[in-house]
Amino acid sequence: MDLQILLLLGQDGITNGAIYALLALALVLVFTVTRVIFIPQGEFVAYGALTLASLQTDKVPGTVWLLLGLGIIVALLDGAKLLRERRYAKLPPLLIANIGVPLIAAAGLFAMPPAQLPLALQVLIAMLLVVPLGPMIYRVAFQPLAGASVLVLLIVSVAVHVALIGLGLLFFGAEGSRTPAFTELSFELAGAPLQGQTILVVVASALLIIGLYFFFERTLYGKALRATAMNRTGARLMGIPPALAGKLCFTLAAAIGAFSGILIAPITTIYYDSGFLIGLKGFVGAIIGGLASYPLAALGAILVGLLESYASFYASAFKEVIVFTLIIPVLLWRSLSARHVEEEEE
Amino acid sequence: MKKTLLAALLTAMAAGAQAEINVGVTLSATGPAASLGIPEKNTIDLMPKMIAGQKVNYIVLDDASDTTTAVKNTKKLISEHKVDVVIGSTTSPNSLAMIDVVAEGETPMISMAAAARIVEPMDEKRKWVFKTPQNDAQMSTALVEHMTSNNIKTVAYIGFSDAYGEGWWNEFAKIAQARKLTLVANERFNRADTTVTGQILKILSAKPDAVLIGGAGTPAALPQKSLKEKGYKGVIYQTHGVANNDFLRVCGKDCEGTVLPSGPVLVVAQLPADNPVKKSAQEYVSKYEAAHGKGSVSTFGAHAWDAGLLLANAVPGALKKGQPGTREFRAALRESLEQTKNLSAAHGVFNMSAQDHLGFDQRARVLVTVKQGAWTFIK
Repeated sequence: MDLQILLLLGQDGITNGAIYALLALALVLVFTVTRVIFIPQGEFVAYGALTLASLQTDKVPGTVWLLLGLGIIVALLDGAKLLRERRYAKLPPLLIANIGVPLIAAAGLFAMPPAQLPLALQVLIAMLLVVPLGPMIYRVAFQPLAGASVLVLLIVSVAVHVALIGLGLLFFGAEGSRTPAFTELSFELAGAPLQGQTILVVVASALLIIGLYFFFERTLYGKALRATAMNRTGARLMGIPPALAGKLCFTLAAAIGAFSGILIAPITTIYYDSGFLIGLKGFVGAIIGGLASYPLAALGAILVGLLESYASFYASAFKEVIVFTLIIPVLLWRSLSARHVEEEEE
Repeated sequence: MKKTLLAALLTAMAAGAQAEINVGVTLSATGPAASLGIPEKNTIDLMPKMIAGQKVNYIVLDDASDTTTAVKNTKKLISEHKVDVVIGSTTSPNSLAMIDVVAEGETPMISMAAAARIVEPMDEKRKWVFKTPQNDAQMSTALVEHMTSNNIKTVAYIGFSDAYGEGWWNEFAKIAQARKLTLVANERFNRADTTVTGQILKILSAKPDAVLIGGAGTPAALPQKSLKEKGYKGVIYQTHGVANNDFLRVCGKDCEGTVLPSGPVLVVAQLPADNPVKKSAQEYVSKYEAAHGKGSVSTFGAHAWDAGLLLANAVPGALKKGQPGTREFRAALRESLEQTKNLSAAHGVFNMSAQDHLGFDQRARVLVTVKQGAWTFIK
């Protein structure tokens, strides 16, 4: 093994690690705010990538119909509540947001072949189709159970995961897709070739992480989310509605997932069920951060990426074993070093 | 009065049901093997609804590519639906697990999975089991012949880290070593992997003349793309597991020049007119494409079609010895399947015997290359 191989493996590990880090951050965010261990996080990666791929092959992605279906359910749920409370003025915005927008999106896709649009616009459309699924899923599956125990929320999260996988198979088929590269650029770094796409992934992930930092530190909504994460009851007493916090963090999680998917779609083939394993590796990273610390989770995820890359070189048959075994010493160390704090007070 | 009427009705229904042949199917229409299972499922719909004047019912269950579910489905088909024959499953692990169940239920089974171990070594249990896809050994021999005649001395292997990749490595390594090829690397990757850079770097540092990728479906495109990206110039071989159009779509221009063995059905239009398989393969392709659109056909669905042909060929003989739904019929069907002779199917010509429950010879494989994004027949 020479320096070049070492560099190439490191480069590969960091690229994957950057994606895992994004997902780990989303998982930590969702868990701290809503106590949901968000297993379907990976599905947003697959949905983002495959929606973009269907747009590029001039097919109307099935996500449109899911969006419309979930929109109608949300509109029914919230509409019934508004009617009961006689708040008629709020009805039109609700209907427009949940049914009108998906309908316009579907009509737009049928009217105009998306394959001709510039890449940036395709990415934007794909994001617009996938991201609203986040808050809608929260509204339908998690909000009615917001006070339930972590275990119940985990079970619901598994159910959502299975449902999304099944729908993914229906929408995108069993075969994978790959999107064309955003850039064909290629450099030499210390004798090792470096793909422009790789740099794009790392830079975009870094920018997104910095963006998230400013969101949490400098904006009102970000601070509201942090407050909810620290103390749910306290935040509620200060006038932060828990439903809003939940929807907001699911929107962020969906956006991070879909964006990660779009980033990696040109470097690997994505299948309807690829998201799960990617999400699981992000989860290992999040566990290293104790599902609470953002910087530790991001570092943990990059460690997972690097470990995976070097393991694939030395012992490819045991790669997955090595990556997931990492969780055992980490858990041991965490349970020995940290004093266990009982979070549930039921 | 009412009771006797009911009893009469029930006996009539039971008698009616008995005269019908029940075919139980378990396949992987969802889960990791879905790209193989879906065309198989579509093919079941095209199978004959009447064989030798008997109505045939197909009971199709999905095992989600999961071994436990495949076993559960088989038990259900045999004990609840009282099927006369089981077709399935899509993958080798599933089919291997089903052997015990069908042997206990004394029901013949026709598998659509490739592993040779499904029908070898022949024993008391496997005598109930038949299969339609070619053995990996047959396919490996074709590849090794191509390698030796093209002056290749060193070969690296990268395959799935599951039964498929392991099976291919075992068969390929055996034959390659016998033919004096040097195997310089043996790597594994997962279906769901997003990168294989590590494995590819290791292969490249061994400097092989050729690389064989032992994967099925579109995931097998990943090592090929990585090899090309890192500037590999040697010959790349794939296995028959990639023989569908989705692979070409995902792999794109990186697949030019790839060589793989396959069932003749893949390049049926290019086969010489005297090929014994051409007509029977063409029949399947035109039926499937009529139902699902041009270019939709895959070699995996053809394995299911072949299972149907075996069945249609064996039923008339078995009907002479027993009524469908009885133990005698199932035993007779098994014997009848074992006596299949010169049956031209989509993938080859079946000649079964008590020892050989596959019955394919070299007519069941062709070598194919990718030229300008299309499968092209070599020999």
